[in-house]
Amino acid sequence: MKHHTSPLHPEQSTERTYRRITLDFSLRQGTFTLEIHEHIDARVVALFGPSGAGKTTVLESIAGLRTPEHGVIRIGTRTLFDSSAGVDRPAHERRVGYVPQDLALFPHMNVRRNILYGADAGGGPRLDQVVGMLELVPILDRDVTALSGGERQRVALARALMVSPALLLLDEPLAALDRGLRERILPYLERIRDELAIPMLYVSHAEAEVRAMADWVVVLDAGRVARSGSTG
Amino acid sequence: MNSILSIASFTVAMAALATLVMLPPGVAVAWLLARRRFPGRVVLETVVSLPLVLPPVATGLILMRLLGPHGPIGAWLERFGIEVMFTWRAVVVAMAVMGLPLLVRVARAGFDQVDRRYEQIAATLGAGPARVFFTVSLPLARRGVLAGALLGFSRALGEFGATILLAGALPSTRTIAVAIYSYTETGQDAAATAMLAVSATIAFGALLLSNRLATSRVRSS
Repeated sequence: MKHHTSPLHPEQSTERTYRRITLDFSLRQGTFTLEIHEHIDARVVALFGPSGAGKTTVLESIAGLRTPEHGVIRIGTRTLFDSSAGVDRPAHERRVGYVPQDLALFPHMNVRRNILYGADAGGGPRLDQVVGMLELVPILDRDVTALSGGERQRVALARALMVSPALLLLDEPLAALDRGLRERILPYLERIRDELAIPMLYVSHAEAEVRAMADWVVVLDAGRVARSGSTG
Repeated sequence: MNSILSIASFTVAMAALATLVMLPPGVAVAWLLARRRFPGRVVLETVVSLPLVLPPVATGLILMRLLGPHGPIGAWLERFGIEVMFTWRAVVVAMAVMGLPLLVRVARAGFDQVDRRYEQIAATLGAGPARVFFTVSLPLARRGVLAGALLGFSRALGEFGATILLAGALPSTRTIAVAIYSYTETGQDAAATAMLAVSATIAFGALLLSNRLATSRVRSS
């Protein structure tokens, strides 16, 4: 038995089930200003709001792809960004699993190499566990250009999970899929939530989706938090 | 005939060596120009392109001043017993410097076509800048880099002005271009024509390959 806590065994990792996510920062981008002051204790947080509200900007600030003007970004006890302390961890040291809306699967790698790209050699989940859970075994040796929308979505999820992320950032994971596919992907997301117990920040503009997944909702509008609260 | 073949193979070998020499700095500069904003960027871009517009003989003269026994680099190399002027090394240097601008331009276009998104996502997956470069940027820009290398190689094959100044027309340093010039000067028309045919054939092949790489890159994106 490995001594580290495996994210695939929720009974060992209940302490990571509820982790405080601190998003207390502001970011300017042309005429757009994002202002967020949230301290959230929840498993799955939904970021909800119309397009242009700044949802993706929040995710990219957490992932380290955008730099806020000032403020603090913290996951649990790990500080990713703190302007007053001069902390700005580069993206490759943040260990957040970012699944962008465009997925950005590496076109020059097959499914297996995509999934293994960020594999954490130390304490990360094993390939067979993740691909088993997301039912990707039959397509491991395929080219990513030859996948269906739902398959691409699951490959991107698997790739992010292999990083053993402290937080999973999902940008509209169901938006590009038709209704039938949506209903098939949602259970996978619920399995990640329940079996891996990885906290998630989930961007969506579909209310029903948010209700099914999240236990906390932050509503963004024009770069400001319009509402923030529990779904229960 | 024998000497024509040996001149041709010497030229191809030197051009290949020059291509290997220009690849690391050329790819680095191409990537820098495509991906980074830094002070002096415009200056770097200009300096690298300079051999494209300067008379090749002028570039040769600059290299001669640098690499000659009294030049800063030449004097330094001499301490290790390395002579450059009028040796095969001078041929390689002249070819590499003259081919570099073409390599940089085409390779840079290759890097420009790589969607930054892939590099960003690779970083979020834990890859540091070096790993991102070697596993994402370079493989995705490979066609541009290859097309640029072939174009640089083609340019190196035909290099004349800088070569003749730096390496002369000695039997040990004679390239196709230099041989065509000396054969014509000395009235050996048949030999000059034969060299011309060899030169055209090699250049045609290299350019054809370079163009095919460049256009299939556009098609695949």
